[in-house]
Amino acid sequence: MTAPLLLIEGLYKTFGGLTATDNLTLDVRAGEVHALIGPNGAGKTTVINQLTGELAPNAGRILLDGQDITALPVHARVHRGLGRTFQIVQLMGTYTALDHVALAVQAHQGHSFRFFRAARDDRGLRDPADALLERVGLKARADEPVASLSHGERKQLELAVALAMEPRLLLLDEPMAGLGAVESAQMVELLQSLKGRFAMLLVEHDMEAVFSLADRISVLVGGRAIATGSAADIQADPAVRVAYLGEGDA
Amino acid sequence: MHDPFKFSGKALIAIAILIAALVALPFIANAVGLPATTPLATRLLIYAIAAGSLNLVLGFGGMISFGHAAFYGVGGYTVGILFQHVRIGEPLFGFIPGTEQFLIAVPAAILVAGAFALLIGALALRTSGVQFIMITLAFAQMLFFLFVALKRYGGDDGLIIRRRNALFGLNMRDDLTFYFVVLIVTIGFYLLLWRIAGSRFGMVLGAIRQNERRVAALGIAVYRYKLAAFTIAGMGAGLAGGLVANYARFVSPDMLHWTKSGELMVMVILGGAGTLLGPLFGAFALVTLETVLSGWTERWQLFLGPILLLIILYFRGGLSGLFKFIGGGGK
Ligand SMILES: Nc1ncnc2c1ncn2[C@@H]1O[C@H](COP(=O)(O)OP(=O)(O)OP(=O)(O)O)[C@@H](O)[C@H]1O
Ligand SMILES: [Mg+2]
Repeated sequence: MTAPLLLIEGLYKTFGGLTATDNLTLDVRAGEVHALIGPNGAGKTTVINQLTGELAPNAGRILLDGQDITALPVHARVHRGLGRTFQIVQLMGTYTALDHVALAVQAHQGHSFRFFRAARDDRGLRDPADALLERVGLKARADEPVASLSHGERKQLELAVALAMEPRLLLLDEPMAGLGAVESAQMVELLQSLKGRFAMLLVEHDMEAVFSLADRISVLVGGRAIATGSAADIQADPAVRVAYLGEGDA
Repeated sequence: MHDPFKFSGKALIAIAILIAALVALPFIANAVGLPATTPLATRLLIYAIAAGSLNLVLGFGGMISFGHAAFYGVGGYTVGILFQHVRIGEPLFGFIPGTEQFLIAVPAAILVAGAFALLIGALALRTSGVQFIMITLAFAQMLFFLFVALKRYGGDDGLIIRRRNALFGLNMRDDLTFYFVVLIVTIGFYLLLWRIAGSRFGMVLGAIRQNERRVAALGIAVYRYKLAAFTIAGMGAGLAGGLVANYARFVSPDMLHWTKSGELMVMVILGGAGTLLGPLFGAFALVTLETVLSGWTERWQLFLGPILLLIILYFRGGLSGLFKFIGGGGK
């Protein structure tokens, strides 16, 4: 077996007296969709934020392709191929959908120390951005400022922005949260179509989506991974049933 | 469509009228027997450059710098000190010859102010929020006291510059000539700001103002872009300082005082932070208000405060917002 794309080893994070990540060890293989599930407050977002570099762990290591990235700043990790979407969308209120994706394309192309040419007329940015918006189904809304996009459209935009960075591993923090049934199904279909192009670490509460997308599932409870395995393994795991699926009280 | 840096036909006409009015202004002023208007307008344009440069960090970049006058003062002193060394015929630090050439002294003012901005920015930008405001203020006050202590260059009393810098054999003493020199520089400076605002760099800067977290997640090293903006803004202030040193033929620590930084901030906010021409309107409005109100009453500052407050409260986007409102330009 080859080394995994992402390896988390003994990750540990506390907030004051609260242990949010408790000696977590986890890996994501190249091209795999690895779902990370767990009840509210289990520490899923905290894991993602340590992977991206927004939070520094108290202990443990993060290896991407065998290289230790634990101390790298956020922007450097992105250039190593780590993309993310946010649970609560993070967008720029006055920018259009197209602006967002074009900015991501621009960032992916390298530095932005170009001071004179009009960025909004730059085909080298706009064309790829247009194509990505089409891919996520937002083309018709390209010129809308994000303030006038619906919640579902903003989630789609988050994804288009992440795709523009051509990640090797995409960290998806609840891409389906707050979506209606139709939108949610569209998002699942979209992610399905992207499967295999890059690896995904998928945090999601929608179990149907998780079971249809994930190759492997890890269950996080109180910052600890209590089980990792296929959908069938997880559904059959007694510890998971007790701790998470809310069964076995008797 | 939502691009604030692409001008509609109407806006272009308005800008053309504005430039025509600025060109005609000194002639009209002379014709109606108000020749003092020309130097006043020169001062306004210089303030418009200083405020425009602050707008790059404050308006476009969302960095609340409360020490911008430091760079304005450093620019002014660069011109003053270089002139002083021509007068005393002795090089600065023993090896930098003095100069009274506009095309050397003013670029030097820009570079020296930029170097200070780079240094101060490199430290201050490691913080954010209130801390950033306080640190920029503290650095500016440090420089203020430095110049107060520099007895060699006049200390508290400031430094008199006997002649304006020389430029292409123009008669720079003449207020009309000097006005046009400043007008050309101002137009050039605003053209530059306009290009920067719409460039790749400008898009990053505007994004940082709105959501720094998102920008970092795009793989952009936020700190470097903020520092670049801070440095460019410092250079702009240095330009304004270099011009005002020529205009007034005098520099003093007052140029670096925190109240001057505050005035520049008011100009930006009053005119409309983050709009291209806002700081220009803000500079015009503030200086005009000060001039008019101080003609009416000694207690003019009592009236200035509420007027500023009203404009800022009722017209989001400052005077630029007001103009759009009058122009019926929707949102
Ligand atoms: N910056 C922080 N400071 C203090 N406590 C925090 C911080 N971020 C998260 N926590 C706490 O850490 C725990 C894990 O939070 P986290 O957001 O990672 O959970 P989650 O699994 O993503 O939950 P959800 O499913 O609701 O998104 C929670 O108890 C939360 O209150
Ligand atoms: Mg979460």
